[in-house]
Amino acid sequence: MSAIADLLNTEKPFAQDAHPALDPRDRGGPLQPLLKVEGLTKHFALKGGPFDRKRQVVRAVDGIDFTVAKGETLGIVGESGCGKSTTARLLMHLVKPDAGTIVLDGDPVGGVRGVTIAEMRRQVQMVFQDSYASLNPRMPLADGIAFGPRANGVRSLEARTRAHELLSLVGLAPERFAERYPHEISGGQRQRVNIARALAMHPRLVILDEAVSALDKSVEAQTLNLLIALRARLRLTCIFISHDLNVVQFISDRVLVMYLGKVVEVGPVDRLYAKPAHPYTAALLASRPSMDPRRRVTKPPLQGDPPNPINPPSGCRFRTRCPIASAVCAEREPVLLSLEPNGGHAVACHARIPGSGHINPVHAA
Amino acid sequence: MSQSIAISAGAATSAQPARRLTYWAGVRRRLRHDPTTVICCVILLVILLAAIFAPLVAPHDPFRTSMIRRLLPPGSPNFLLGTDELGRDMLSRLIYGGRISLVMGLMPVGLATLIGGALGILAGYLGGGWNMLIMRVMDVFYAFPSVLLAVAISGALGAGPGNGLIALTLVFIAPMARVSESVTTQVRNEDFVEAARATGAAAWRIMLEHILPNVLGPILIYSSSLISVSIVLASGLSFLGLGVAPPNPEWGLMLNTLRQAIYIAPINAVLPGVMIFTTSMCFNLMSDGLRSAMDVKS
Amino acid sequence: MLSYIVRRVTYALPIAIGVTILCFLLIHLAPGDPLSAVLPDNASPEMRRQLAALYAFDQPLPVQYFIWLKRILVGDFGISIQSRRPVIGEILPAIQNTFILATAAVAIGFPVGILLGAIAGFVNGTALDRVVTSIAVTGVSVPHYWLGMVLVVVFAVNLNMLPAMGMSPSGSGNYALNWEHLQHIILPAITLAVIPAAIIARSVRGTVADIRQREFVGTLYSKGLRPSRILLHVAKNAGPTVLAVAGLQLAQLLGGSILVETVFSWPGSGFLLNSAIFTRDLPILQGTILILALLFVMINLLVDVMQTMLDPRIKRS
Repeated sequence: MSAIADLLNTEKPFAQDAHPALDPRDRGGPLQPLLKVEGLTKHFALKGGPFDRKRQVVRAVDGIDFTVAKGETLGIVGESGCGKSTTARLLMHLVKPDAGTIVLDGDPVGGVRGVTIAEMRRQVQMVFQDSYASLNPRMPLADGIAFGPRANGVRSLEARTRAHELLSLVGLAPERFAERYPHEISGGQRQRVNIARALAMHPRLVILDEAVSALDKSVEAQTLNLLIALRARLRLTCIFISHDLNVVQFISDRVLVMYLGKVVEVGPVDRLYAKPAHPYTAALLASRPSMDPRRRVTKPPLQGDPPNPINPPSGCRFRTRCPIASAVCAEREPVLLSLEPNGGHAVACHARIPGSGHINPVHAA
Repeated sequence: MSQSIAISAGAATSAQPARRLTYWAGVRRRLRHDPTTVICCVILLVILLAAIFAPLVAPHDPFRTSMIRRLLPPGSPNFLLGTDELGRDMLSRLIYGGRISLVMGLMPVGLATLIGGALGILAGYLGGGWNMLIMRVMDVFYAFPSVLLAVAISGALGAGPGNGLIALTLVFIAPMARVSESVTTQVRNEDFVEAARATGAAAWRIMLEHILPNVLGPILIYSSSLISVSIVLASGLSFLGLGVAPPNPEWGLMLNTLRQAIYIAPINAVLPGVMIFTTSMCFNLMSDGLRSAMDVKS
Repeated sequence: MLSYIVRRVTYALPIAIGVTILCFLLIHLAPGDPLSAVLPDNASPEMRRQLAALYAFDQPLPVQYFIWLKRILVGDFGISIQSRRPVIGEILPAIQNTFILATAAVAIGFPVGILLGAIAGFVNGTALDRVVTSIAVTGVSVPHYWLGMVLVVVFAVNLNMLPAMGMSPSGSGNYALNWEHLQHIILPAITLAVIPAAIIARSVRGTVADIRQREFVGTLYSKGLRPSRILLHVAKNAGPTVLAVAGLQLAQLLGGSILVETVFSWPGSGFLLNSAIFTRDLPILQGTILILALLFVMINLLVDVMQTMLDPRIKRS
């Protein structure tokens, strides 16, 4: 009997076995978003000599807003360089934001009021992409998992017990794996250990930054299924970052699309995938390879080169590759606005906004 | 939203338990099979034991002078390696000299590894302003040729083994700190350190449990390569009249006092140098052996 | 690239200042009253008062430093306790002699080191390589002052071929390029050259072996290039690293000469340092160390800059 099937069948309560809003750390009830991000910005300065007149910056993340509700999984997609990973690191404060606010369950993070960064880190954890580099090569697996709890005051014995529990939770028998070293197990197993390590802190929010991207396809499927089982069991709230649209569709409730440091569209997964509102989203979805021989593409859906994050185009950043760009797109940046009154599906595109001056406005059907 | 569980986690956990060969066990095994390292180890052990048990091993009192028995050649009856310019038994003085020379070789390196290593890890992990402060100060020390710095400090402090120790330790702190900082900076940027930071752990804990085990290897290799330098440098200081003072037996000092006899009894005059050379060479070869043993990725 | 050079020079400046601070502190490291550290034992009260005013020991430390620094910059290094003459007058000729010795050591040691290292690198892995490597390890481990004594024993005492000490036959300060003078320099130069030669040989060997392994060399061989041309390619790639190591060794020679000069009584800066230690002549000690250290910094700077000019990859950083 597989350990994962055990997971769902057992009656044994796990520490977080409750609705996330019933978590003792909960402050705002089920309707308050667990995470609210406003205007998050990070620019990286490029190193030039002291004699460089123009100091160049990479505008990695340029004022993004989004929320994550309790218990939901938000998928973040975009091409390489769009700022997804930087966003993840900004959320964890591994990189200091240049501007913007992060609000965790109603409390601003890092400011004078609200929660401290250390406290935030006890509630938000991250699983990285490189499974090997994420584990200390000189530390046995169980110790690596137990480190976080121990560093936060949990006694050694209890931390070790927790580590063993987590190892079995992710499908790695503690008797065999607790004392192993990272180089002695496979990539898929390592990523499970990383997941266990992230869960050891009993986080309220788990950020998965390309967590399955580096794995072989079959192992990726196993790991995704594990994540889904864990999520259901532990009622986790997740942010799932990936460039793989199919994976994001499989695992997310809502999806956010990023382009060159900005949010271009966000909405429920089924709606967004069926009827994408932003031309970039549409192009991304159209460029997925299909097994259907009738769906052949002769022209690539996206034309042109990806622009430079150092000097993004004026106005709407996508306009240089957009099939429906018009004059107004070069003048003004489109603002993220809801397509319908209840605000579920929002898009940042002049064509979708009536009265924006776009030549061919398309109203959401 | 229930998805069917199509995987069998059993497949993932059915991996054979691998042979648990930890990293250090592999290093020890490779070292034991390297003939050069083993020979050097034996030689050094002999010298070390002779030095520790000097009162039992040395045939004569190293301080007893005798004007009639000055500069006897090696092979004289009763005096296996001859006598020095004041009639003292060379063999006994060499054995006793090993005590001081070995201490002057090992202790500065040990202290410098602790201090310099810690400084480097701090500078490498903390980065930014702290890094600049610590490393710039190290750079100033590094800006002196080592011999010059050792001579300068012990010259200013005055002769004596204690001052020599201080001087040598200060000389070695800067290179140790450099190596330590460089390795720490590499390790610090690895994902697992970021993950550790993401747990909200205190800096000292991260440095101790995550950084230290991963930088210990290169630091120890470099440290071991400094031992031979320290021995030569320490005896060099005594040779110049800094460091140990007569009538104490110390190999470098013996070279100094025997210099006058170089025309009359050349073999005696160069004998202490053989000891310095041998010890230094053995430590060097062992350090090389350690480096190649640790180089092989397990 | 000019910006890199400027940056590198401005970076060296604080180091140089730090060096001066360290040298300044040397006098205060000495046990006892700083004034007695710079005075001869039988100094008259008048001299005592003069020097006290000169050194301003009653002022706070930073002020003293700046006063001292100002004097240094105009070349006034104080008065030697031993000879009662200006320190700078003693140091400059001594450094000149050290330079002569160092140049000779470089002329002998560097080519030998490079040659041995290159040979070992090209025959990497064979018995010849191991022989050369052993020689290099020996060279690094040997206490060079002892080696000097051994050479003296062999060549001066037993074979009586070369003089054992001094720089010139009559002990005069002048130098000339004739055999009488040259024979004095041979033994100390060889002694001094051993360690740099060994270190350079090791470094060259490693670099050459490493380069030969790289793919582009395999490409060169398969293109049918003659071994001599390949040698040229390898040399060009190995150049910057070797230059860096050689430059460092040259700088180390400045400091390392102290021991060899003592053995051979070569009247260089090392010898001067030694006698200054003996006589507790702190002004000379301080002045010599300061000049040698600053020279060291300058040479390192030059080596860095030259390395940048030769290695195009570094230019872009």
